Amino acid sequence: MASASRMTPRIRRRPRSDLRVALLFIAPAAMGFVAFYFLPAIRGLWFSFTDQNLIGSGDFIGTANYERMFDDPLFWNALWVTIQYVVINIGVQTVLALALAVLLHRLTRSIVIRGIVLLPYLVANVVVALVWFWMSDYSIGIINVVLEEVGLDRVAFFGDPAMAIPTVALINVWRFLGYTALLLFAGLQMIPPQYYEAAALDGASEWRMFWTITLPLLRPVLALVLVISVVGSFQIFDTVAVTTEGGPVNATRVIYYYIYQQAFERFDLGYASAIAVFLVVMLASIAYLQLKIMRSDRSDLA
Amino acid sequence: MSTTHLVAAAPAESRNRRARVRAARKRIRPGWGRILAWAVLIAVMIVTLFPFYWMLRTALSNNNALYADPGSLLPVDPTLGGFRRVFGLASAEEAAAEGGTTGSIDFWLYLRNSVIVATAITTGQVLFSSMAAYAFARLHWKGRDAVFFLFITALMIPPIFVQLPNFILIRDLGLLNTLAGVILPFFFMTPFAVFFMRQFLLGIPREIEEAAMIDGAGHGRIFFRVLLPMSSTPLVTLSLLAYITAWGEYFWPLLVGRADEARVLTVALGVFRAQTPQTGPDWAGLMAGALVAALPVLILFIVFGRRFVENIGYSGIK
Repeated sequence: MASASRMTPRIRRRPRSDLRVALLFIAPAAMGFVAFYFLPAIRGLWFSFTDQNLIGSGDFIGTANYERMFDDPLFWNALWVTIQYVVINIGVQTVLALALAVLLHRLTRSIVIRGIVLLPYLVANVVVALVWFWMSDYSIGIINVVLEEVGLDRVAFFGDPAMAIPTVALINVWRFLGYTALLLFAGLQMIPPQYYEAAALDGASEWRMFWTITLPLLRPVLALVLVISVVGSFQIFDTVAVTTEGGPVNATRVIYYYIYQQAFERFDLGYASAIAVFLVVMLASIAYLQLKIMRSDRSDLA
Repeated sequence: MSTTHLVAAAPAESRNRRARVRAARKRIRPGWGRILAWAVLIAVMIVTLFPFYWMLRTALSNNNALYADPGSLLPVDPTLGGFRRVFGLASAEEAAAEGGTTGSIDFWLYLRNSVIVATAITTGQVLFSSMAAYAFARLHWKGRDAVFFLFITALMIPPIFVQLPNFILIRDLGLLNTLAGVILPFFFMTPFAVFFMRQFLLGIPREIEEAAMIDGAGHGRIFFRVLLPMSSTPLVTLSLLAYITAWGEYFWPLLVGRADEARVLTVALGVFRAQTPQTGPDWAGLMAGALVAALPVLILFIVFGRRFVENIGYSGIK
């Protein structure tokens, strides 16, 4: 019995090809991939060289869309605004998530606490945006009521061009903080506890253990989480769309929103596609550079 | 950040060693550092939970009365009027009396649409992506790795790039403003779902399938009867992730599902927010709608969340 089960598969394993079965298994997913990812990607690239609009079909116009893009101050503004958003959003989120992950790791194994921390992630961006939009309302939002109560000035969180982007960025920190922290927490759990025990025996402080054990060993996970969140952060749209709609005066007209407006308010799908191509190239380069710099493939654990 | 020393400097006596190791195992020794750390954690939880409470408090308030007492921690002049307006049950006079939106809105319909969309997307996506993951993780065929790589590159592409042409496709198929149009692009796969399931399947010992094969099981049987039942934890995790994502999706349904019959909750909330009555925004109604949009996923999470929380991140980077 035992010897039979060891012999038979060895004979059957190597030479066969499962192509026919594989095609069956992969067919639905492959169909979806070709129809909604692969062909649209090619088509999107083609659109960027045409004057395609929403109604008819477009004609080839060479690189005119790209030339227009480089001369378009609103495009550069959108890019600049988006970068501000990403820097604030990712900067604050990463530091806080790392701190929260370490706190959770060192304090408690409670599933309930981790569940609570995750709650904002379960709620749609649109809902999160509206709740905070209401809470930071200038006249009767609770945040401004409290600010006034403690003797500070009211803040026009969404109305002041200088405040709008930080506000939107921090709202999304609230939504993604717990989720990011739990991803990092999972990374922390992979660090062998003996390291901490040994360090503790040598009298190392928590602070020192964080810098000499936690951070170096967490680097590969941190790098991956950073790449994914940066790419995601550049796609900021929902929050802006239901609150400021790009205003006040272009202050929150982020690149995703600008593409949307070009395509569905100006009906200029060709130009919108050119900006989208730019976004694809930029994000791919950023991801590549980040992974390179942080050498995420090499773990200090080895 | 705590700077408490885990172990105070003590004479190095070997009989103390065991006790000291035990003390080190305790995560942080009771002390100011630990109290401070807990205080920070509790503060984080309050900031996390407060907006949920504020949604409820506002939704149960009379919209006109909100202006009189904006700082009240309890609902102001409690009423179900916000919910009645959102579900289209309030007459125009009734809505106006509470300072609410008088436009016609029907969150029952949008709730139904959201449930259909998120359920269909989750079912199709998880099933088909798992099947593809099986072909990538377990079957031997030429070009397998190249095809997988192609799938995975799509992870890095910002969705808007393919959604512009997808809009034209859905329009040409005559599916604008239908639920099918909202569902289709996410129904067959997402690169993430394929990647996630493949990672899990790669970790299952081959002996299990080989044993089934000796018993005469084909690939269909192995996949559906042996591997899928073993994968309940990643399947629950992936399904919940897919449901949360589908439920919260705003951009795509905004493009193809603006009309009432295909409108999902996120789009409806955007429309509701834009219908500001002359007197000022209908905050009570808006928060009632927001609560309706948030609750179903919160309930799902309470039912299935435990395994989700435990397994998030084991390859669950999204």
